[in-house]
Amino acid sequence: MVPSIFRERWPVVLLGLAAYVSTFLFLHLEQEWEIALLLGIVPLVLYFAKKFGISAKCRQAVDAAPVFTRAVFLLSALALIVTLRHEHFALLLLATVLLYATISMGLTIQFGYAGLVNFAAIAFFGIGAYSMAVLNQSPNGLPDLMIIVIGGVVAALIGSLLILPVLRTKGHYAALITIAFGLLFRSFLEVNDILGGPQGLKVSGLNILGWDFAQSFPAILGGGSFYVSYTLLALVLLIGVFSMTRLIESSWLGLNMDSVRLDETASASFGINVARWKIMAFTVGNFFAGMSGALYASMSGFVAPASFNLSDSLLLVSIVLLGGMGNAVSVIPAAFLVVVLPEKFQVIQEYRLLLFAVIVILILRFKPSGLMPRPLRRLINTSSK
Amino acid sequence: MDIGFLGQYLINGLVQGVTYSLVAVGFTLFFGVLDVIKFSHGDVLMLGAFTGLTIYLGLDPLSLPPSITLCIILIASILSMGFVGALLCKFLVLPLKSAPPLNTLLITLMFGTVIRESVRLFFPNGSNPKPFPELLPTNAINLGNLNLRVDSVLIILFAVVAIVLTNFIINKTRTGLAIRAVAQDEETARLMGIDFKKTVLITFALGSGLAALSGVSTGLYYQEINFGMGLMLGVIGFSAAVLGGLGSVYGAIVGGLIFAALQTIGAIWFSVPAYKDVFAFAVVIMLMAWRPTGLLADRTSERV
Repeated sequence: MVPSIFRERWPVVLLGLAAYVSTFLFLHLEQEWEIALLLGIVPLVLYFAKKFGISAKCRQAVDAAPVFTRAVFLLSALALIVTLRHEHFALLLLATVLLYATISMGLTIQFGYAGLVNFAAIAFFGIGAYSMAVLNQSPNGLPDLMIIVIGGVVAALIGSLLILPVLRTKGHYAALITIAFGLLFRSFLEVNDILGGPQGLKVSGLNILGWDFAQSFPAILGGGSFYVSYTLLALVLLIGVFSMTRLIESSWLGLNMDSVRLDETASASFGINVARWKIMAFTVGNFFAGMSGALYASMSGFVAPASFNLSDSLLLVSIVLLGGMGNAVSVIPAAFLVVVLPEKFQVIQEYRLLLFAVIVILILRFKPSGLMPRPLRRLINTSSK
Repeated sequence: MDIGFLGQYLINGLVQGVTYSLVAVGFTLFFGVLDVIKFSHGDVLMLGAFTGLTIYLGLDPLSLPPSITLCIILIASILSMGFVGALLCKFLVLPLKSAPPLNTLLITLMFGTVIRESVRLFFPNGSNPKPFPELLPTNAINLGNLNLRVDSVLIILFAVVAIVLTNFIINKTRTGLAIRAVAQDEETARLMGIDFKKTVLITFALGSGLAALSGVSTGLYYQEINFGMGLMLGVIGFSAAVLGGLGSVYGAIVGGLIFAALQTIGAIWFSVPAYKDVFAFAVVIMLMAWRPTGLLADRTSERV
């Protein structure tokens, strides 16, 4: 019966609509006072939603109809792209958010599930970007979509060089190894003439099955900025990566990773192969970062060592922490905030790293589980009747 | 290659090596007492150098002799960084004592970012490199190809004095006894009436003071400081500490010298000097894979 279904599911539609309206306004508005007003209104709405029990209802409805929820959010994302199709800058921001969210999914698997530290996320992103730059130039006839996947594979392969030292060391030592790797990667790029040195390399646009991404969006499909194609592809990438992350989380793979994170000794004594799960988390995470980097390179048109700093890795870690360690859903709004806010507030732009560092310190000090903590794993499905 | 060039590389490497050792000793001290890594160490070092510069600019109108200015700068910057280290420990590190180690690591990393960004944004014209005053005699003794700068010798001397002093404090004084006791076993140390919090704070102050010294001496040596200098020095110091084995003071000193040696070898080996860091870090990563707890691992530091 339609009415009863609607009664159960209206909160999901409401959520999707709210997500659409707020992201659209954030991306579309340009005056700083408008953004500031919006920043004031959103928490107020959230507060009242919580007070009047709407957020509880939403959570219930989302839990009851996961497929429907995803469909609604996909629709609102598509609607967002359609309504913004003529705005270059807004689309560029949106695509960047999607790509950052993709890397953060990888970090969620590494930090949040397996408890592996990785402070070189941007280096793996960079490896993907440089793979795209190199493979796209040479006339090897590889299809561009495949190069994106290859970018991920190369990142995972180079990451596997670090597996042995990361596995043999714990906590702080592993952190050092990834930080050292990130610095090493950047210095290597800067002095390597084949990879363009400090100037970097030019990357030509994507061309998938005759669809030239550098041209504006085909008029038959409504027309629009050439960023529409990239944003759509980034959306597809994020959807794929997100589904994979959720699948890993809900399956025995995630269960094993969780147990490795919580207690290595206990896991090992229950017959869980600790090394195997760490390797898997590390490799999958770097694969995501690499794919995201490859797409980013072709979108921005060039790659240079200056875009792969330690501070960018830290920004990514703060996205994961802000969203709530291990919560794949809340990473997306966190990525949105971290990427879009500094762009919209030119005042903040200069201070953004300082600002996010302070926010992360406050979160760690007072609310270490993040803004939206990861929900407890439910081994029995309680929502089905 | 003639012996003069070799000696030149040796002296330059030694100056860098002792600087790294000073940073590494700090890391090892913090790890010893609290099992934490303070990733803001390099930025505290940088802040120490900038504090020194600020004091110099303040003292400039008095036109004191360079040696007195230098003493004031050193003492003031060591004391103020010791204070900063203790504050960091009290408000950010100790409250997270029971949290996962990752959180401590992140909070200090972010604190370092706050220091770095604050200097870049709020120090007048802070995003550009700053000239550091020449307070040490710059004359040099020429021995064939070896150009022995007096300031290098003095910097090595400062570092050696500081390390000997630290060693004396740790091994010969009551405070040092408390530090060693806390490092071995926190609970037993508490039962024996040692003020745990005070001991940890003193250790953090001590380590941060050493960082300030190496910051100022880096400034004196290169006659230039910038807001990002701490990042690399911090990571190098940490690598050195890890290389020697966290928790061991001797290991940290040896680690610092080894890292400088690796860089020097890298610089000689590859004609492009920028490859020296790539080489040194790659070797460190390999050494870590080979001996995960460092070369001179403290047996008691392994607590599983």
